[in-house]
Amino acid sequence: MGIFDYFRSKKEPSSASVAKERLQIIVAHERGKRSGPSYLPQMQQEIVAVIRKYVEIDEDQVQIQLDNNDECSVLELNVTLPD
Amino acid sequence: MAKIIVVTSGKGGVGKTTTSAAISTGLAQRGHKTVVIDFDVGLRNLDLIMGCERRVVYDFVNVINGEATLNQALIKDKRNETLYILPASQTRDKDALTTEGVEKVLNELSEEFDYIICDSPAGIEKGAQMALYFADAAIVTTNPEVSSVRDSDRILGILQSKSRRAEQGLAPVEEYLLLTRYNPERVEAGEMLGVKDVEDILAIPLLGVIPESEAVLKASNQGVPVILDNESDAGQAYDDAVSRLLGDQVEHRFLEVQKKKGFLSRFLGGK
Ligand SMILES: Nc1ncnc2c1ncn2[C@@H]1O[C@H](COP(=O)(O)OP(=O)(O)OP(=O)(O)O)[C@@H](O)[C@H]1O
Ligand SMILES: [Mg+2]
Repeated sequence: MGIFDYFRSKKEPSSASVAKERLQIIVAHERGKRSGPSYLPQMQQEIVAVIRKYVEIDEDQVQIQLDNNDECSVLELNVTLPD
Repeated sequence: MAKIIVVTSGKGGVGKTTTSAAISTGLAQRGHKTVVIDFDVGLRNLDLIMGCERRVVYDFVNVINGEATLNQALIKDKRNETLYILPASQTRDKDALTTEGVEKVLNELSEEFDYIICDSPAGIEKGAQMALYFADAAIVTTNPEVSSVRDSDRILGILQSKSRRAEQGLAPVEEYLLLTRYNPERVEAGEMLGVKDVEDILAIPLLGVIPESEAVLKASNQGVPVILDNESDAGQAYDDAVSRLLGDQVEHRFLEVQKKKGFLSRFLGGK
């Protein structure tokens, strides 16, 4: 690696690391969907629709996740609101 | 009882057929009775890679339909005593493979062979699901590239939910990552996902890393599985992968940029 590459690589991440980050997100998302109940996508749509009545948000600003513990399941809802 | 191993990927063109030919040849070379089955109905190609295309008379679908016996359809490899090939049908009827039919053929093969290698078609639909349904182990063939890694993860999901083992609540299908068409130069330059990156994402044990290699095209031109080119990096990497599949601890090679040979060693005929 030359000295110029060194400075450049500090400025922007390599395309491979961008790829890794994007993959980690999408794979986690798709695994969540796979393991969740089949009503989850529909429910997510409806929740987004309800929030949109009040605040303008994008589809990807709502994260929904269902975690199963031994005794109970926890539905985690994360909504990022625009400032 | 044979061990059934599917070579699968989701994404097309990543090296499943190349891998099926290499792994089955490697197992047979070590004396294991091995049969390799082409599940790619309509797109038969394993015969070409194995170099037995002119000897195909009957195929997998003929056997399922009772038009030929298994013995009539199996092609004996010309290089290995213990290796047989069951070619795919060229029919355009994608539903030619039925679960019952496939099960019957696999059961019959299971009595004769130690290993049954299933070369899956691309995709995540019926054809690919049929190829993996009866598997005991899966070689998830992946290229260091976003769409291939994502598709591999989808295939893992199918192995975990739609295989016979999953449906019947048996021990899960063993999953192995085979990273193919790996280019260490591009990884070093930050242009290609590295082994570690793909392992982090898919989180399954690494069976091997096959470098991008000119030897693969050469081998396919000649109809000789690349594992038999033991001078080549890809051939050696496949040979290591076979050893690992059989439980040997073999260190991974070809992960780093190969040092350029100096003028003198090239001059002296070093390879
Ligand atoms: N390690 C490698 N180095 C260079 N080329 C390779 C390597 N592995 C595979 N290829 C090439 O990639 C192409 C696709 O390989 P192959 O037919 O094995 O993939 P496949 O996954 O079986 O494809 P399909 O999904 O269509 O069945 C071929 O041209 C092959 O020569
Ligand atoms: Mg193929």
